[in-house]
Amino acid sequence: MSRAERAASLQARQLSLSLGGEPVVAGVDLALHPGEVVAVLGPNGAGKSTLLRALAGLQSPLHGEVLLAGESLAAMKGNRRAREVGYLPQAATVHWPLPVERVVALGRLPHMSPWQRLSAADGYAVDRALAATGVEGLRRRTVTELSGGERARVLLARVLAGEPNCLLADEPVAGLDPYHQVHFMELVREYAGEGRTVALVMHDLNLAARFCDRLVLMDQGRLVADGSAREVLDPGHLARVFGIRAVYGESEGEPYVVPWGRA
Amino acid sequence: MTREMGRPWLLTLLAAVLAGLMVGSLTLGYVAIPPGQVLGALVTPAETPVSLIVQELRVPRTLLGLFVGASLGIAGAGLQGLLRNPLAEPGVLGISNSAALGAVATLYTGIAATAPLALPAAAMAGALLAMLVLYGLAGREANVQTLILAGVAISSLAGALISVALNLAPSAHATTEILFWLLGSLADRGMDHVAWGLPFMGAGIILLLTAGRALDALSMGEETARSLGFNLTGLRFRVIAGATLAVGAGVAVSGSIGFVGLVVPHILRPLVGYQPARLLPASALGGAILLLLADMGLRLASDEVDLKLGVVTALVGAPFFLHLVLKTRRMTV
Repeated sequence: MSRAERAASLQARQLSLSLGGEPVVAGVDLALHPGEVVAVLGPNGAGKSTLLRALAGLQSPLHGEVLLAGESLAAMKGNRRAREVGYLPQAATVHWPLPVERVVALGRLPHMSPWQRLSAADGYAVDRALAATGVEGLRRRTVTELSGGERARVLLARVLAGEPNCLLADEPVAGLDPYHQVHFMELVREYAGEGRTVALVMHDLNLAARFCDRLVLMDQGRLVADGSAREVLDPGHLARVFGIRAVYGESEGEPYVVPWGRA
Repeated sequence: MTREMGRPWLLTLLAAVLAGLMVGSLTLGYVAIPPGQVLGALVTPAETPVSLIVQELRVPRTLLGLFVGASLGIAGAGLQGLLRNPLAEPGVLGISNSAALGAVATLYTGIAATAPLALPAAAMAGALLAMLVLYGLAGREANVQTLILAGVAISSLAGALISVALNLAPSAHATTEILFWLLGSLADRGMDHVAWGLPFMGAGIILLLTAGRALDALSMGEETARSLGFNLTGLRFRVIAGATLAVGAGVAVSGSIGFVGLVVPHILRPLVGYQPARLLPASALGGAILLLLADMGLRLASDEVDLKLGVVTALVGAPFFLHLVLKTRRMTV
Protein backbone atom coordinates (compact mmCIF):
# COMPACT_ATOMS: atom_id res chain seq x y z
CA MET A 1 0.00 0.00 0.00
CA SER A 2 1.40 3.37 -0.98
CA ARG A 3 1.71 6.29 1.38
CA ALA A 4 -1.09 8.19 -0.33
CA GLU A 5 -3.46 5.23 0.03
CA ARG A 6 -2.81 4.89 3.72
CA ALA A 7 -3.47 8.57 4.27
CA ALA A 8 -6.86 8.51 2.54
CA SER A 9 -9.79 8.78 4.94
CA LEU A 10 -12.36 7.62 2.42
CA GLN A 11 -11.53 5.68 -0.68
CA ALA A 12 -13.42 4.10 -3.56
CA ARG A 13 -11.64 1.22 -5.25
CA GLN A 14 -12.76 0.04 -8.67
CA LEU A 15 -16.25 1.01 -7.61
CA SER A 16 -19.17 0.08 -9.88
CA LEU A 17 -22.74 0.93 -8.93
CA SER A 18 -26.19 0.45 -10.36
CA LEU A 19 -29.42 2.34 -9.91
CA GLY A 20 -32.66 0.48 -10.54
CA GLY A 21 -30.77 -2.23 -12.40
CA GLU A 22 -28.98 0.27 -14.68
CA PRO A 23 -25.21 0.58 -14.30
CA VAL A 24 -24.51 4.22 -13.43
CA VAL A 25 -20.97 4.21 -12.04
CA ALA A 26 -18.21 2.06 -13.54
CA GLY A 27 -14.77 1.36 -12.14
CA VAL A 28 -14.24 4.56 -10.18
CA ASP A 29 -11.04 4.99 -8.15
CA LEU A 30 -11.15 7.96 -5.82
CA ALA A 31 -9.31 8.82 -2.63
CA LEU A 32 -10.43 11.59 -0.29
CA HIS A 33 -7.87 12.94 2.16
CA PRO A 34 -8.15 14.68 5.53
CA GLY A 35 -8.15 18.46 5.29
CA GLU A 36 -9.34 18.72 1.71
CA VAL A 37 -12.57 19.86 0.12
CA VAL A 38 -13.32 17.93 -3.05
CA ALA A 39 -15.95 18.91 -5.60
CA VAL A 40 -17.60 16.16 -7.63
CA LEU A 41 -18.65 17.70 -10.95
CA GLY A 42 -20.38 16.38 -14.02
CA PRO A 43 -23.52 16.67 -16.11
CA ASN A 44 -26.90 15.41 -14.89
CA GLY A 45 -26.98 11.64 -14.85
CA ALA A 46 -23.19 11.29 -14.72
CA GLY A 47 -23.46 9.21 -11.53
CA LYS A 48 -22.29 11.84 -9.04
CA SER A 49 -25.07 11.38 -6.50
CA THR A 50 -24.89 7.60 -6.72
CA LEU A 51 -21.15 7.74 -6.12
CA LEU A 52 -21.67 9.99 -3.10
CA ARG A 53 -24.33 7.69 -1.67
CA ALA A 54 -21.96 4.74 -2.02
CA LEU A 55 -19.20 6.70 -0.28
CA ALA A 56 -21.69 7.31 2.54
CA GLY A 57 -22.37 3.58 2.76
CA LEU A 58 -25.99 3.98 1.63
CA GLN A 59 -25.62 1.88 -1.48
CA SER A 60 -23.87 -1.44 -1.84
CA PRO A 61 -21.42 -1.73 -4.73
CA LEU A 62 -21.90 -3.97 -7.74
CA HIS A 63 -18.13 -4.38 -7.85
CA GLY A 64 -15.27 -2.89 -5.91
CA GLU A 65 -15.42 -1.43 -2.44
CA VAL A 66 -15.40 1.68 -0.31
CA LEU A 67 -12.78 1.89 2.41
CA LEU A 68 -13.05 4.09 5.49
CA ALA A 69 -9.58 4.62 6.91
CA GLY A 70 -8.58 1.38 5.20
CA GLU A 71 -11.52 -0.61 6.56
CA SER A 72 -14.39 -1.89 4.41
CA LEU A 73 -17.41 0.39 4.83
CA ALA A 74 -19.85 -2.38 3.92
CA ALA A 75 -18.65 -4.57 6.80
CA MET A 76 -18.98 -1.76 9.32
CA LYS A 77 -21.91 -1.47 11.75
CA GLY A 78 -24.36 1.28 10.76
CA ASN A 79 -23.89 3.16 13.97
CA ARG A 80 -20.10 3.23 13.74
CA ARG A 81 -20.20 4.24 10.07
CA ALA A 82 -22.63 7.02 10.96
CA ARG A 83 -20.19 8.45 13.52
CA GLU A 84 -17.46 8.62 10.86
CA VAL A 85 -19.36 9.66 7.75
CA GLY A 86 -21.95 12.44 7.71
CA TYR A 87 -24.24 12.67 4.71
CA LEU A 88 -26.40 15.56 3.58
CA PRO A 89 -28.84 14.39 0.91
CA GLN A 90 -29.99 16.48 -2.02
CA ALA A 91 -32.99 18.72 -1.28
CA ALA A 92 -33.19 17.42 2.29
CA THR A 93 -36.55 17.95 3.96
CA VAL A 94 -37.81 17.82 7.53
CA HIS A 95 -41.18 16.14 7.83
CA TRP A 96 -42.40 17.58 11.12
CA PRO A 97 -42.28 21.20 12.32
CA LEU A 98 -39.43 20.47 14.73
CA PRO A 99 -37.55 23.22 16.56
CA VAL A 100 -34.12 23.92 15.02
CA GLU A 101 -32.17 22.65 18.01
CA ARG A 102 -34.02 19.32 17.92
CA VAL A 103 -33.15 18.90 14.27
CA VAL A 104 -29.50 19.62 14.98
CA ALA A 105 -29.57 17.26 17.97
CA LEU A 106 -30.63 14.44 15.62
CA GLY A 107 -27.05 14.58 14.36
CA ARG A 108 -26.00 13.19 17.76
CA LEU A 109 -28.07 9.99 17.39
CA PRO A 110 -25.12 7.84 16.23
CA HIS A 111 -23.31 8.76 19.45
CA MET A 112 -26.17 7.84 21.77
CA SER A 113 -27.13 4.43 23.08
CA PRO A 114 -30.79 3.48 22.53
CA TRP A 115 -32.38 4.83 25.73
CA GLN A 116 -29.83 7.48 26.60
CA ARG A 117 -30.81 11.14 26.61
CA LEU A 118 -28.65 13.95 25.26
CA SER A 119 -25.53 14.12 27.44
CA ALA A 120 -23.61 17.26 28.28
CA ALA A 121 -21.10 16.35 25.55
CA ASP A 122 -23.95 15.95 23.06
CA GLY A 123 -25.35 19.32 24.07
CA TYR A 124 -21.93 20.90 23.67
CA ALA A 125 -21.56 19.42 20.16
CA VAL A 126 -25.00 20.76 19.22
CA ASP A 127 -24.10 24.23 20.54
CA ARG A 128 -20.82 24.15 18.63
CA ALA A 129 -22.56 23.18 15.39
CA LEU A 130 -25.18 25.90 15.86
CA ALA A 131 -22.42 28.44 16.47
CA ALA A 132 -20.22 27.27 13.60
CA THR A 133 -23.03 27.69 11.10
CA GLY A 134 -24.27 30.93 12.64
CA VAL A 135 -27.76 29.73 13.45
CA GLU A 136 -27.69 30.01 17.27
CA GLY A 137 -30.29 32.73 17.02
CA LEU A 138 -32.66 30.33 15.30
CA ARG A 139 -32.48 27.49 17.83
CA ARG A 140 -36.05 27.89 19.08
CA ARG A 141 -37.48 28.55 15.62
CA THR A 142 -39.47 25.95 13.71
CA VAL A 143 -37.37 24.45 10.97
CA THR A 144 -40.17 24.28 8.41
CA GLU A 145 -40.68 28.05 8.67
CA LEU A 146 -37.10 29.03 7.83
CA SER A 147 -35.87 30.55 4.58
CA GLY A 148 -33.85 28.42 2.17
CA GLY A 149 -30.52 29.87 3.30
CA GLU A 150 -31.34 29.43 6.97
CA ARG A 151 -32.55 25.88 6.44
CA ALA A 152 -29.42 24.92 4.50
CA ARG A 153 -27.26 26.09 7.39
CA VAL A 154 -29.42 24.29 9.95
CA LEU A 155 -29.18 21.06 7.97
CA LEU A 156 -25.41 21.53 7.75
CA ALA A 157 -25.36 22.07 11.51
CA ARG A 158 -27.25 18.78 11.87
CA VAL A 159 -24.42 16.94 10.10
CA LEU A 160 -21.67 18.88 11.89
CA ALA A 161 -23.21 18.09 15.29
CA GLY A 162 -22.29 14.45 14.68
CA GLU A 163 -18.66 15.54 14.28
CA PRO A 164 -18.05 13.11 11.42
CA ASN A 165 -14.55 12.84 10.02
CA CYS A 166 -15.98 12.78 6.51
CA LEU A 167 -18.70 15.14 5.35
CA LEU A 168 -20.50 14.27 2.13
CA ALA A 169 -23.10 16.66 0.73
CA ASP A 170 -25.18 16.34 -2.42
CA GLU A 171 -25.75 19.69 -4.14
CA PRO A 172 -25.88 21.57 -0.84
CA VAL A 173 -25.76 25.04 -2.42
CA ALA A 174 -28.30 24.49 -5.17
CA GLY A 175 -31.16 26.91 -4.69
CA LEU A 176 -29.27 29.27 -2.40
CA ASP A 177 -28.65 32.93 -3.20
CA PRO A 178 -25.01 33.93 -3.94
CA TYR A 179 -24.38 35.21 -0.42
CA HIS A 180 -25.52 31.98 1.17
CA GLN A 181 -23.69 29.89 -1.42
CA VAL A 182 -20.42 31.60 -0.54
CA HIS A 183 -21.19 31.40 3.18
CA PHE A 184 -21.92 27.67 2.93
CA MET A 185 -18.67 27.04 1.05
CA GLU A 186 -16.70 28.98 3.66
CA LEU A 187 -18.30 26.91 6.41
CA VAL A 188 -17.30 23.60 4.86
CA ARG A 189 -13.79 24.97 4.20
CA GLU A 190 -13.53 25.78 7.89
CA TYR A 191 -14.68 22.28 8.77
CA ALA A 192 -12.07 20.71 6.46
CA GLY A 193 -9.53 23.01 8.11
CA GLU A 194 -9.97 20.99 11.31
CA GLY A 195 -8.40 18.02 9.51
CA ARG A 196 -11.66 16.55 8.23
CA THR A 197 -12.61 15.38 4.75
CA VAL A 198 -15.31 17.11 2.72
CA ALA A 199 -16.76 16.05 -0.63
CA LEU A 200 -19.52 17.99 -2.36
CA VAL A 201 -21.53 17.20 -5.45
CA MET A 202 -21.89 20.52 -7.25
CA HIS A 203 -22.95 22.13 -10.49
CA ASP A 204 -21.45 25.57 -10.01
CA LEU A 205 -18.03 25.35 -11.64
CA ASN A 206 -16.85 28.63 -10.14
CA LEU A 207 -17.78 27.88 -6.56
CA ALA A 208 -15.96 24.58 -7.04
CA ALA A 209 -12.91 26.27 -8.52
CA ARG A 210 -12.84 28.98 -5.87
CA PHE A 211 -13.48 26.97 -2.71
CA CYS A 212 -12.42 23.38 -3.37
CA ASP A 213 -8.90 22.00 -3.18
CA ARG A 214 -9.57 19.38 -5.77
CA LEU A 215 -12.14 18.81 -8.48
CA VAL A 216 -13.16 15.47 -9.88
CA LEU A 217 -15.12 15.30 -13.09
CA MET A 218 -17.52 12.49 -13.92
CA ASP A 219 -19.05 11.60 -17.24
CA GLN A 220 -21.35 8.67 -17.96
CA GLY A 221 -20.38 6.86 -14.78
CA ARG A 222 -16.65 7.25 -15.23
CA LEU A 223 -14.12 9.52 -13.60
CA VAL A 224 -12.61 11.51 -16.45
CA ALA A 225 -10.52 14.07 -14.56
CA ASP A 226 -9.17 14.54 -11.05
CA GLY A 227 -7.03 17.51 -10.12
CA SER A 228 -6.86 21.28 -9.68
CA ALA A 229 -9.44 23.65 -11.16
CA ARG A 230 -7.03 24.58 -13.98
CA GLU A 231 -6.55 20.94 -14.95
CA VAL A 232 -10.15 19.85 -14.64
CA LEU A 233 -11.95 22.84 -16.11
CA ASP A 234 -9.90 23.06 -19.31
CA PRO A 235 -11.69 23.78 -22.60
CA GLY A 236 -11.36 20.18 -23.79
CA HIS A 237 -13.12 18.75 -20.71
CA LEU A 238 -15.86 21.37 -20.75
CA ALA A 239 -16.55 20.69 -24.45
CA ARG A 240 -16.48 16.90 -24.19
CA VAL A 241 -18.23 16.44 -20.87
CA PHE A 242 -20.61 19.38 -20.59
CA GLY A 243 -20.87 20.25 -24.27
CA ILE A 244 -20.10 23.91 -23.62
CA ARG A 245 -17.44 26.49 -24.43
CA ALA A 246 -16.42 28.94 -21.73
CA VAL A 247 -14.73 32.27 -21.21
CA TYR A 248 -11.78 32.06 -18.82
CA GLY A 249 -10.41 34.66 -16.47
CA GLU A 250 -8.41 35.09 -13.30
CA SER A 251 -9.02 37.00 -10.11
CA GLU A 252 -6.67 37.15 -7.08
CA GLY A 253 -4.63 34.41 -8.72
CA GLU A 254 -7.61 32.06 -8.94
CA PRO A 255 -9.22 30.97 -12.20
CA TYR A 256 -12.85 31.41 -13.09
CA VAL A 257 -14.91 30.20 -16.00
CA VAL A 258 -18.07 31.61 -17.48
CA PRO A 259 -20.07 29.17 -19.60
CA TRP A 260 -20.54 31.10 -22.82
CA GLY A 261 -22.32 28.85 -25.24
CA ARG A 262 -22.86 25.33 -26.39
CA ALA A 263 -19.85 23.70 -27.96
CA MET B 1 -27.30 23.09 26.76
CA THR B 2 -30.14 21.65 24.75
CA ARG B 3 -33.28 21.22 26.76
CA GLU B 4 -36.14 18.85 26.15
CA MET B 5 -38.69 20.79 24.17
CA GLY B 6 -42.43 20.71 24.65
CA ARG B 7 -43.70 19.90 28.10
CA PRO B 8 -41.54 17.58 30.20
CA TRP B 9 -44.35 17.08 32.73
CA LEU B 10 -46.75 15.83 30.07
CA LEU B 11 -46.20 12.11 30.66
CA THR B 12 -46.56 12.52 34.42
CA LEU B 13 -49.77 14.49 33.95
CA LEU B 14 -51.22 11.95 31.51
CA ALA B 15 -50.31 9.08 33.82
CA ALA B 16 -51.98 10.82 36.77
CA VAL B 17 -55.16 11.49 34.78
CA LEU B 18 -55.16 7.89 33.62
CA ALA B 19 -54.79 6.58 37.18
CA GLY B 20 -57.75 8.71 38.25
CA LEU B 21 -59.84 7.48 35.33
CA MET B 22 -59.05 3.87 36.16
CA VAL B 23 -60.39 4.32 39.68
CA GLY B 24 -63.40 6.07 38.16
CA SER B 25 -63.93 3.24 35.68
CA LEU B 26 -63.86 0.70 38.51
CA THR B 27 -66.33 2.75 40.55
CA LEU B 28 -68.78 3.52 37.80
CA GLY B 29 -71.44 0.99 36.92
CA TYR B 30 -74.95 -0.38 37.34
CA VAL B 31 -74.38 -1.05 41.02
CA ALA B 32 -73.16 1.97 42.97
CA ILE B 33 -70.04 1.07 44.96
CA PRO B 34 -67.99 3.79 46.69
CA PRO B 35 -64.34 4.10 45.56
CA GLY B 36 -62.92 2.98 48.91
CA GLN B 37 -64.95 -0.21 48.83
CA VAL B 38 -63.96 -0.82 45.18
CA LEU B 39 -60.27 -0.70 45.99
CA GLY B 40 -60.83 -3.03 48.92
CA ALA B 41 -62.75 -5.43 46.71
CA LEU B 42 -59.77 -5.63 44.38
CA VAL B 43 -57.73 -7.52 46.95
CA THR B 44 -60.35 -9.51 48.83
CA PRO B 45 -61.22 -13.00 47.55
CA ALA B 46 -64.21 -12.99 45.21
CA GLU B 47 -66.89 -14.18 47.60
CA THR B 48 -68.96 -11.10 48.27
CA PRO B 49 -71.18 -9.70 45.50
CA VAL B 50 -69.14 -6.48 45.53
CA SER B 51 -65.88 -8.37 44.98
CA LEU B 52 -67.52 -10.39 42.24
CA ILE B 53 -68.79 -7.31 40.41
CA VAL B 54 -65.46 -5.53 40.71
CA GLN B 55 -63.20 -8.46 39.88
CA GLU B 56 -65.27 -10.21 37.24
CA LEU B 57 -66.86 -7.24 35.45
CA ARG B 58 -65.14 -3.95 36.15
CA VAL B 59 -61.51 -4.98 36.32
CA PRO B 60 -61.56 -6.65 32.88
CA ARG B 61 -63.51 -3.75 31.37
CA THR B 62 -61.07 -1.20 32.81
CA LEU B 63 -57.97 -3.17 31.86
CA LEU B 64 -59.24 -3.72 28.34
CA GLY B 65 -60.11 -0.03 27.99
CA LEU B 66 -56.62 0.84 29.18
CA PHE B 67 -54.79 -1.55 26.87
CA VAL B 68 -56.99 -1.22 23.79
CA GLY B 69 -56.82 2.57 24.04
CA ALA B 70 -53.06 2.50 24.58
CA SER B 71 -52.65 0.11 21.64
CA LEU B 72 -54.69 2.27 19.28
CA GLY B 73 -52.96 5.48 20.39
CA ILE B 74 -49.39 4.22 20.14
CA ALA B 75 -50.04 2.33 16.89
CA GLY B 76 -51.40 5.53 15.35
CA ALA B 77 -48.37 7.50 16.54
CA GLY B 78 -45.98 4.82 15.27
CA LEU B 79 -47.59 4.55 11.85
CA GLN B 80 -47.79 8.33 11.47
CA GLY B 81 -44.08 8.50 12.26
CA LEU B 82 -43.21 5.67 9.88
CA LEU B 83 -45.32 6.97 7.01
CA ARG B 84 -44.54 10.60 7.93
CA ASN B 85 -48.15 11.45 7.47
CA PRO B 86 -50.46 12.83 10.17
CA LEU B 87 -53.45 11.22 8.47
CA ALA B 88 -52.16 7.66 8.91
CA GLU B 89 -53.92 5.46 11.46
CA PRO B 90 -54.07 1.73 12.24
CA GLY B 91 -56.78 1.29 9.60
CA VAL B 92 -54.59 2.61 6.81
CA LEU B 93 -52.54 -0.58 6.44
CA GLY B 94 -55.59 -2.82 6.58
CA ILE B 95 -54.86 -4.18 10.06
CA SER B 96 -58.18 -3.20 11.67
CA ASN B 97 -60.39 -4.37 8.83
CA SER B 98 -58.57 -7.68 8.47
CA ALA B 99 -58.85 -8.39 12.18
CA ALA B 100 -62.53 -7.51 12.00
CA LEU B 101 -62.94 -9.83 9.04
CA GLY B 102 -61.44 -12.72 11.02
CA ALA B 103 -63.86 -12.06 13.85
CA VAL B 104 -66.83 -11.68 11.51
CA ALA B 105 -66.01 -15.03 9.92
CA THR B 106 -66.47 -16.78 13.29
CA LEU B 107 -69.75 -14.93 13.90
CA TYR B 108 -70.96 -15.79 10.41
CA THR B 109 -70.20 -19.47 10.73
CA GLY B 110 -71.47 -19.64 14.29
CA ILE B 111 -68.13 -20.91 15.63
CA ALA B 112 -67.98 -17.88 17.91
CA ALA B 113 -71.03 -19.10 19.82
CA THR B 114 -69.60 -22.58 20.47
CA ALA B 115 -65.95 -21.74 21.19
CA PRO B 116 -65.70 -18.47 23.15
CA LEU B 117 -62.07 -17.70 22.25
CA ALA B 118 -62.45 -18.56 18.57
CA LEU B 119 -63.44 -14.96 17.79
CA PRO B 120 -60.38 -13.20 19.23
CA ALA B 121 -58.10 -15.91 17.86
CA ALA B 122 -59.56 -15.52 14.36
CA ALA B 123 -59.30 -11.73 14.59
CA MET B 124 -55.65 -11.96 15.58
CA ALA B 125 -55.07 -14.43 12.74
CA GLY B 126 -56.75 -12.00 10.34
CA ALA B 127 -54.45 -9.17 11.44
CA LEU B 128 -51.32 -11.32 11.11
CA LEU B 129 -52.43 -12.60 7.72
CA ALA B 130 -52.96 -9.00 6.58
CA MET B 131 -49.41 -8.19 7.65
CA LEU B 132 -48.04 -11.12 5.65
CA VAL B 133 -50.04 -10.09 2.59
CA LEU B 134 -48.87 -6.50 3.07
CA TYR B 135 -45.25 -7.63 3.06
CA GLY B 136 -45.91 -9.91 0.13
CA LEU B 137 -47.49 -7.12 -1.88
CA ALA B 138 -45.18 -4.29 -0.94
CA GLY B 139 -41.91 -6.14 -0.43
CA ARG B 140 -39.43 -5.80 2.41
CA GLU B 141 -37.81 -2.65 1.03
CA ALA B 142 -41.12 -0.97 0.23
CA ASN B 143 -41.34 2.78 0.11
CA VAL B 144 -44.10 4.70 1.82
CA GLN B 145 -46.38 4.99 -1.20
CA THR B 146 -46.27 1.26 -1.95
CA LEU B 147 -47.01 0.45 1.69
CA ILE B 148 -50.02 2.76 1.79
CA LEU B 149 -51.34 1.52 -1.55
CA ALA B 150 -50.98 -2.12 -0.51
CA GLY B 151 -52.58 -1.32 2.85
CA VAL B 152 -55.53 0.45 1.29
CA ALA B 153 -56.03 -2.49 -1.07
CA ILE B 154 -56.02 -4.98 1.83
CA SER B 155 -58.31 -2.77 3.87
CA SER B 156 -60.81 -2.46 1.00
CA LEU B 157 -60.78 -6.17 0.29
CA ALA B 158 -61.36 -7.05 3.95
CA GLY B 159 -64.12 -4.44 4.10
CA ALA B 160 -65.74 -5.91 1.00
CA LEU B 161 -65.62 -9.41 2.46
CA ILE B 162 -67.23 -8.15 5.68
CA SER B 163 -70.05 -6.74 3.52
CA VAL B 164 -70.39 -10.12 1.83
CA ALA B 165 -70.72 -11.79 5.23
CA LEU B 166 -73.39 -9.28 6.24
CA ASN B 167 -75.19 -9.73 2.94
CA LEU B 168 -75.21 -13.52 3.07
CA ALA B 169 -75.65 -13.89 6.84
CA PRO B 170 -77.73 -17.02 7.58
CA SER B 171 -80.21 -15.19 9.81
CA ALA B 172 -81.30 -11.71 10.87
CA HIS B 173 -79.89 -12.57 14.26
CA ALA B 174 -76.47 -13.28 12.76
CA THR B 175 -76.57 -9.98 10.87
CA THR B 176 -77.39 -8.07 14.03
CA GLU B 177 -74.67 -9.88 15.92
CA ILE B 178 -72.06 -9.03 13.31
CA LEU B 179 -73.19 -5.42 13.08
CA PHE B 180 -73.16 -4.94 16.85
CA TRP B 181 -69.77 -6.53 17.14
CA LEU B 182 -68.39 -4.29 14.40
CA LEU B 183 -69.51 -1.21 16.32
CA GLY B 184 -67.02 -2.03 19.08
CA SER B 185 -67.60 -2.41 22.79
CA LEU B 186 -65.90 -3.20 26.08
CA ALA B 187 -69.08 -4.50 27.72
CA ASP B 188 -69.41 -8.07 28.97
CA ARG B 189 -65.75 -8.96 28.53
CA GLY B 190 -64.23 -11.29 31.07
CA MET B 191 -60.82 -12.03 32.50
CA ASP B 192 -60.27 -14.63 29.76
CA HIS B 193 -60.37 -11.79 27.21
CA VAL B 194 -57.84 -9.92 29.31
CA ALA B 195 -55.57 -12.94 29.66
CA TRP B 196 -55.84 -13.56 25.95
CA GLY B 197 -55.42 -10.02 24.63
CA LEU B 198 -52.97 -8.44 27.04
CA PRO B 199 -49.83 -10.38 26.02
CA PHE B 200 -50.31 -9.46 22.35
CA MET B 201 -51.15 -5.83 23.10
CA GLY B 202 -48.28 -5.58 25.59
CA ALA B 203 -45.80 -7.05 23.10
CA GLY B 204 -47.04 -4.71 20.36
CA ILE B 205 -46.77 -1.65 22.60
CA ILE B 206 -43.22 -2.58 23.66
CA LEU B 207 -42.19 -3.21 20.05
CA LEU B 208 -43.54 0.21 19.07
CA LEU B 209 -41.80 1.92 22.00
CA THR B 210 -38.43 0.59 20.79
CA ALA B 211 -38.92 2.32 17.44
CA GLY B 212 -38.73 5.84 18.89
CA ARG B 213 -35.14 6.78 18.09
CA ALA B 214 -35.34 5.53 14.54
CA LEU B 215 -38.62 7.39 14.00
CA ASP B 216 -36.92 10.56 15.24
CA ALA B 217 -34.18 10.05 12.67
CA LEU B 218 -36.78 9.31 10.01
CA SER B 219 -38.28 12.76 10.45
CA MET B 220 -35.32 13.90 8.32
CA GLY B 221 -36.19 11.48 5.52
CA GLU B 222 -35.12 7.93 4.71
CA GLU B 223 -31.67 8.74 3.31
CA THR B 224 -30.72 10.79 6.36
CA ALA B 225 -32.07 8.17 8.74
CA ARG B 226 -29.95 5.53 7.05
CA SER B 227 -26.91 7.79 7.05
CA LEU B 228 -27.42 8.15 10.82
CA GLY B 229 -26.96 4.39 11.10
CA PHE B 230 -30.59 3.23 11.31
CA ASN B 231 -31.80 0.13 9.53
CA LEU B 232 -35.08 1.07 7.85
CA THR B 233 -36.09 -2.50 7.01
CA GLY B 234 -35.89 -3.33 10.70
CA LEU B 235 -37.73 -0.16 11.65
CA ARG B 236 -40.58 -0.88 9.23
CA PHE B 237 -40.91 -4.37 10.61
CA ARG B 238 -40.95 -3.18 14.21
CA VAL B 239 -43.64 -0.57 13.59
CA ILE B 240 -45.84 -2.73 11.36
CA ALA B 241 -45.50 -5.85 13.51
CA GLY B 242 -46.02 -3.80 16.67
CA ALA B 243 -49.14 -2.17 15.26
CA THR B 244 -50.43 -5.51 14.00
CA LEU B 245 -50.04 -7.19 17.40
CA ALA B 246 -51.44 -4.26 19.38
CA VAL B 247 -54.33 -3.31 17.09
CA GLY B 248 -55.09 -6.88 16.02
CA ALA B 249 -55.48 -7.96 19.64
CA GLY B 250 -57.37 -4.74 20.39
CA VAL B 251 -59.91 -5.41 17.65
CA ALA B 252 -60.04 -9.04 18.73
CA VAL B 253 -61.25 -8.21 22.23
CA SER B 254 -63.24 -5.03 21.61
CA GLY B 255 -64.35 -4.84 17.97
CA SER B 256 -63.56 -2.00 15.61
CA ILE B 257 -62.93 1.25 17.44
CA GLY B 258 -61.99 3.98 15.02
CA PHE B 259 -60.38 7.42 15.22
CA VAL B 260 -58.53 6.95 18.54
CA GLY B 261 -55.32 6.15 16.63
CA LEU B 262 -55.80 9.22 14.48
CA VAL B 263 -57.02 11.80 16.96
CA VAL B 264 -54.81 11.11 19.97
CA PRO B 265 -51.37 11.47 18.32
CA HIS B 266 -52.58 14.56 16.54
CA ILE B 267 -53.69 16.30 19.72
CA LEU B 268 -50.50 15.39 21.59
CA ARG B 269 -47.94 16.04 18.84
CA PRO B 270 -47.48 19.79 19.51
CA LEU B 271 -47.24 19.06 23.25
CA VAL B 272 -44.19 16.81 22.75
CA GLY B 273 -42.43 19.29 20.46
CA TYR B 274 -43.34 17.19 17.38
CA GLN B 275 -40.81 14.51 18.32
CA PRO B 276 -41.95 11.07 17.12
CA ALA B 277 -40.12 9.26 19.93
CA ARG B 278 -41.78 11.27 22.70
CA LEU B 279 -45.13 11.01 20.96
CA LEU B 280 -45.17 7.21 21.36
CA PRO B 281 -45.56 6.91 25.15
CA ALA B 282 -47.71 10.03 25.29
CA SER B 283 -50.10 8.60 22.69
CA ALA B 284 -50.30 5.30 24.57
CA LEU B 285 -51.40 7.14 27.70
CA GLY B 286 -53.63 9.51 25.72
CA GLY B 287 -55.33 6.66 23.87
CA ALA B 288 -56.06 4.89 27.15
CA ILE B 289 -57.47 8.11 28.62
CA LEU B 290 -59.71 8.75 25.61
CA LEU B 291 -61.07 5.22 25.49
CA LEU B 292 -61.72 5.02 29.24
CA LEU B 293 -63.46 8.40 29.09
CA ALA B 294 -65.60 7.33 26.14
CA ASP B 295 -66.49 4.04 27.83
CA MET B 296 -67.39 5.78 31.10
CA GLY B 297 -69.51 8.30 29.22
CA LEU B 298 -71.25 5.40 27.59
CA ARG B 299 -72.00 3.74 30.91
CA LEU B 300 -73.35 7.01 32.34
CA ALA B 301 -75.64 7.45 29.34
CA SER B 302 -76.67 3.81 29.12
CA ASP B 303 -79.94 4.46 31.01
CA GLU B 304 -81.22 6.62 28.17
CA VAL B 305 -79.51 5.24 25.05
CA ASP B 306 -77.54 2.11 24.34
CA LEU B 307 -74.64 3.43 22.27
CA LYS B 308 -71.67 1.29 21.23
CA LEU B 309 -68.14 2.44 22.01
CA GLY B 310 -66.97 2.56 18.38
CA VAL B 311 -69.94 4.80 17.59
CA VAL B 312 -68.97 7.28 20.30
CA THR B 313 -65.30 7.46 19.23
CA ALA B 314 -66.40 7.90 15.61
CA LEU B 315 -68.84 10.65 16.62
CA VAL B 316 -66.01 12.48 18.35
CA GLY B 317 -63.41 11.54 15.73
CA ALA B 318 -65.13 12.28 12.44
CA PRO B 319 -65.63 16.03 13.05
CA PHE B 320 -62.05 16.16 14.26
CA PHE B 321 -60.89 14.47 11.09
CA LEU B 322 -62.79 17.07 9.07
CA HIS B 323 -61.11 19.83 11.03
CA LEU B 324 -57.75 18.18 10.31
CA VAL B 325 -58.42 18.07 6.59
CA LEU B 326 -59.42 21.73 6.52
CA LYS B 327 -56.37 22.75 8.54
CA THR B 328 -54.04 20.75 6.29
CA ARG B 329 -55.61 22.32 3.22
CA ARG B 330 -55.08 25.81 4.62
CA MET B 331 -51.44 24.99 5.34
CA THR B 332 -50.63 23.74 1.84
CA VAL B 333 -52.53 26.35 -0.18
